[in-house]
Parts: sequence; C-alpha cells; structure tokens
Amino acid sequence: MTERPRLAASSATTAGLDIEAVATTRRSPIVDPGGLTFVYRGDADAVNLRLWIHGLPASQPFERVGETDLWVLRVELPGNSRVEYKLEVVRDGREEWIIDPLNPLQAADPFGANSVAQGHGYARPEWTLRDEHARPGTLDELTVHSAALGDERHVGVYVPARFRRTRHYPLLIVHDGFDYLRYADLRFVLDNLIHRLEIPPLIAALTQSPDRLEEYAGHDGHARFVAREIPELLQHSFPLHPSPAARGLMGASFGAVASLHAAWRHPGAFGRLVLQSGSFAFSDIGHHRRSATFDPVARFVNEFRTRPGRPAERMYLSCGIYESLIYENRSLVPLLRHHGIEVRYEEVRDGHNWENWRDRLQSALTWLFPGPLWMIYE
Amino acid sequence: MSDVLVLGPQFRAPNLRDALRQAGLDGPIATITAGWQEREGELGALEEHLGGHARDLRLYARAEAAFTQDPDLHDAYRRRQNDLRSLQELYRVRLSHAKAAARELIASDDPSELTRQARRSAIAAIRRLDAEHLRAIERIHAAFDAEWSAQRRPVLARQLEELQHLLEQANLVCIAGGHVAVLLNRLRLFGLGRLLRARPVVAWSAGAMAIAERVVLFHDHPPQGAGDAEVFEAGLGLLRGTVFLPHATTRLALGDRRRIALFARRFSPAECLTLDDGSRLHWHRGRLQDCSSTLRLTRSGKTAAAGTSR
Repeated sequence: MTERPRLAASSATTAGLDIEAVATTRRSPIVDPGGLTFVYRGDADAVNLRLWIHGLPASQPFERVGETDLWVLRVELPGNSRVEYKLEVVRDGREEWIIDPLNPLQAADPFGANSVAQGHGYARPEWTLRDEHARPGTLDELTVHSAALGDERHVGVYVPARFRRTRHYPLLIVHDGFDYLRYADLRFVLDNLIHRLEIPPLIAALTQSPDRLEEYAGHDGHARFVAREIPELLQHSFPLHPSPAARGLMGASFGAVASLHAAWRHPGAFGRLVLQSGSFAFSDIGHHRRSATFDPVARFVNEFRTRPGRPAERMYLSCGIYESLIYENRSLVPLLRHHGIEVRYEEVRDGHNWENWRDRLQSALTWLFPGPLWMIYE
Repeated sequence: MSDVLVLGPQFRAPNLRDALRQAGLDGPIATITAGWQEREGELGALEEHLGGHARDLRLYARAEAAFTQDPDLHDAYRRRQNDLRSLQELYRVRLSHAKAAARELIASDDPSELTRQARRSAIAAIRRLDAEHLRAIERIHAAFDAEWSAQRRPVLARQLEELQHLLEQANLVCIAGGHVAVLLNRLRLFGLGRLLRARPVVAWSAGAMAIAERVVLFHDHPPQGAGDAEVFEAGLGLLRGTVFLPHATTRLALGDRRRIALFARRFSPAECLTLDDGSRLHWHRGRLQDCSSTLRLTRSGKTAAAGTSR
C-alpha cells in the first residue's frame, strides 16, 4: 500500500487542502469559492507563482508535497476575479518562466501569452464569442498620409453589416485598434452588440502607433491625427453622423491617456470617450512615483487636472482593482463629474490586461452609444 | 373585419408561406417594410420564401419624399416627434418609481390583507399612469392630424391616392417587423389604419405590435437600465385586447414569475401574447380562430398556450 503524500508540517497556507484531489487533478488551478489552489507537477528546486496583482507579492512560492514532484500553492481570491500569471520554475540554478502546463486557459497580449486563472463565479461573457447568427461586418485597411505625424499610417476600418450609404453612422476611433481585434475580440464584440441592437451600427477606425509610449503620452501631433485627420478622411468615404454625440474615442492604458488628451486638445471633436485602465500618472506635489516614461503623461495629466474643461459629454472609465493604476483612475472620476461630465465608472476584480478590457466593452459601448434595442423587433 | 394573421419573426425560420396556406389566403401581395428603414423594399428573401412577387408600398421612401416636398409638414412632424419624446421621458421617470414600488410589494412575503391591498393599489397606479400616458399621446396625434393630414396637405393626398390604387390591386397586405416607431409613424402619416381595416392583413414582429391597440416596448435584461416595459404608442387598433411580445424568449424573463405576473396584471384584460419563431395566430371576423407556438402571460406569473382558457 502506498502512503498518501503529505504536506510538510510547517505549511500554513496549504494546511487543510484535499491532497488526494490535488494529486490527481489534471487541471490547475482548482477553483473554489474561497480561492485557487495552483498545482505543478515536475522536477524542480523551487516553483513560484508570478502574477500581477497590485498589493500582493509579485512572486509566491509553491510548496513541495512530501518528497514527491508535486507542488501546490493556495491563494485566496474573491469571487468573479480573473488573474493572469506565469510559473517560475527553478532548476539547477536556472529560472524559467512558463505557461502553466495544467491550465488550458491563456490570454495573449503584444508581449506573448499568460495563463489565466478565473476565480469562482467568473464566466467569459457570451457576447465576446462569435455568434453564428450575428451578421459580420467587414474590415478594410487604409493607408493614410498624416501631415500631423509626418508619415504614413495604416488605419483599419470596420464597416457594419447591412451598411447603407443613405444612413448616417457614428464613428468610433480605437487606439491600439488592431490589438483590440487580436486580444479583445473587438470584431466579434461589435458584430454581436450590433446584432443584438445594443449599439447602433457604427464605423470603427482602428489605429496602431509604432511608438505608442511617445505618441500616446500627450503628443499634440497624434492628437491632431485622431481628432482631425482621421474623421476628415473617413467623412469622404462614409456617411458619418456629424454630431459630437456620434463621435467616440477609445483606448486602454496609454491609449486611454491618448484618448483623453486628444479630446481635451480638440474640444467638440468627440462627445464620447472610453478610457480603460488609463495610465493617468499625476503628482499633487513633487515628482510622480513612476518611471521616466510617464513624465510627459504626468505633465499632461497635471495640466488636465488644473483645467479639465469639458473634453466630452460622456465618458466611460474602468479599472481593475488589481492594477496599480486604480488610485489614478479613481482620482479622476470626481474631477470629471465636478466639471459636468457624465461619467460611468466601473471597478472589477481584474488586472491590466486585454481580457479585462474586452469584458467591459458591452458596458462601455452600450452606455455611450445606446442601440435601438427597445425599438426594433425584426 | 377581414382576416388578420399574426406571426413571429420571419428572418430565421419563416412560416409566412405555410401560414397563408393554412388560412386560405393567396393572391397579389402588397408589403409594408417601412420598419426596415433604409432597407425598405429589399424583398429578395421574402419573395424567395413566398415563391412569388410582392409589391412594396414604400412608405418610408414616400414619407421622406413628402418631407422634402413639404418642409412645413416636415417641421410640424419633427415638433410632434420632439413632443412625443419629451412626453415619453416624463412618463419613464414616473413609471420607474411606480414600478419600483410594485416590485417591492410583490416581492414581500407578508401575507396580510394590508399588504395585498397595497400590492393591488401599486399595480392599479401603474395602470392609471399607462392609461394617462396613452391619452396624452393620442392628444398630440389628434392635434397633428387636425392640421397636417392628407385632407390638408396635397403632397400627402397624392401619395394616399397612389397607395389606395396599389392596395386595390392586392389581395392581402403583409406588414413586416423592424423599427416599430418608424413603421407606425409612416402608417399613421398616410392614414393607413382605415384602409387596412377592409382587407386581409398579415403582420409579424413590429408589424404585429403596430396593428394592436397599444404598443408596449419591453426588455427584461437590457445592458443598461432596469428593463421597465413601457407603453409607447397607440397602435392602429386592427386587433383589440392584445399586447404582442416579439422575441419574448430572448427579451423576457419568462421564468421569473413575479415579473411575468406584474406584466400580465398591468395590461389585463388584454392578453399578452409571445411571438417567437414559428408563432402563428389567425383572427377571422374579429375572433381568434387558430393559433400555434404562442404563449400568453398569466396573472399567476406562468405562461400558458395561447387560446386556452384563462
């Protein structure tokens, strides 16, 4: 008879775990209402969980079960949370960051992929998945010569299904639009929300900067590109509704900074803004606490906070509570409201990542561009 | 009164051809697709399903032409629409509070007579509000029609004459779904309620809503807001005592007995009838003669097959 593996007696975090279940699981992490149990099986000197939750240590060590090759780590996590992580496996003095081999859930971003742990109760919204009944829009690409930027840019143009030249369409300009397509399923989201009548059919212009850390950080040329040049160009090709209420600008992280900056520099150009996990570094006094990359951002945000004006009538802001940016985003909300801007602000148990931004799109877009849901019965 | 056929949505699982055959209706068809707005008259899929030609009355395009030719009419129409929008917003404010009270009382487990009475009063308050709103809407329409009808505006009179001619050539009229406000406004503008009374009508989705006596907008789980069903308009009144609920299986929480009970009691004695894929109801000389795949909401909060006793 084989002896059941036991945890080291000193274990505090893993005490009380059902080790039999852990030892036989083929999937990690094991989810329960109180949190997650990560499991790794393999030869190693140490295994660490590397995750990006503001407030928790960036590295948390697994515990080996007895003398086996089974490693476990218990993490408390509130329901409906979503976190991205990697495993750091230390072997013969070498550290290797890997995707969790027992977890099929992964999220991609421009830097690669992470494993995804979904807390108890989280479910991917069905409107982010391809719906065979939703009529697909089309996606074209234009090459634009930008006088403001002094070079050529590729702009993706999403045109909704059943497009008609006799109708006027709202325009939504999306910073990092191709990343939104790749990592946040923006195309399915637009197809589905339009099909469900939750947003009106709209034209979306997708931009992608070759140097976003510079161009998104309070860059006047880039602001002119999105606020003036793109709308003027598209106005020639598509029947766009001229009202600011039908003009939206959207972005995440530095893209949110670029959105707010462009709308602020060009008041009246956009009536609607989506600002997701904005990198709104600022300082009330002295220097901000972030890297030098944020210097131009902080200059802009400090100036914005001094004289915000009214860059848009309506804004949607969201931020994950596991992000370090939560303080900056929370701080912005009362300021915007004080200046007469209608603000919808949502906090979620998620981090600074594309799936967080994907999951918020219904809430953002249906609030900024309410569709004819109540009126159309086909 | 002629036959009236009411159907569920036709774009995924059309049953129009079978329904016409079962009702013994055939002959030249005139269609009204104004609810499709810019896509009005694009009858390809419909004609393919019917296996024959249909002629669209092009009410949407006729209205646009009339507005271009008669700017005063257009201005008056826009003013009326603004008034109706303002009225709807005011009604919505009152309705949200009235419905919140009714929901809270319905959710109460208190079996006392006082609570039961309060519950009845809360529902009665919503019914009064709905009725008052509908009267206000009708006053706005009456004022507009008195000044801007086809009797007074030559541009509308010319269109009406053409429409009468087209209708005379048709054996039946099909009214498709789409944008219910756009559809109803065009039907009203050309005074089609009176003309349609005399001939067989087949209507689905928004088309069905438009021919009932009142149009109720509904969605139990919209992405924004509480999802309070609202009285929106007076319909053409070709059918009385019914509230049609297209796409009910996706738009209504049919398993939520409290919501369904409130819905049914609010509009009682009218029957709230679901219209989903395959639904079919046939009225002959004003009486419901036949129906299938259609549910009615009951006062107890359940659903029952339409046509069965209450």
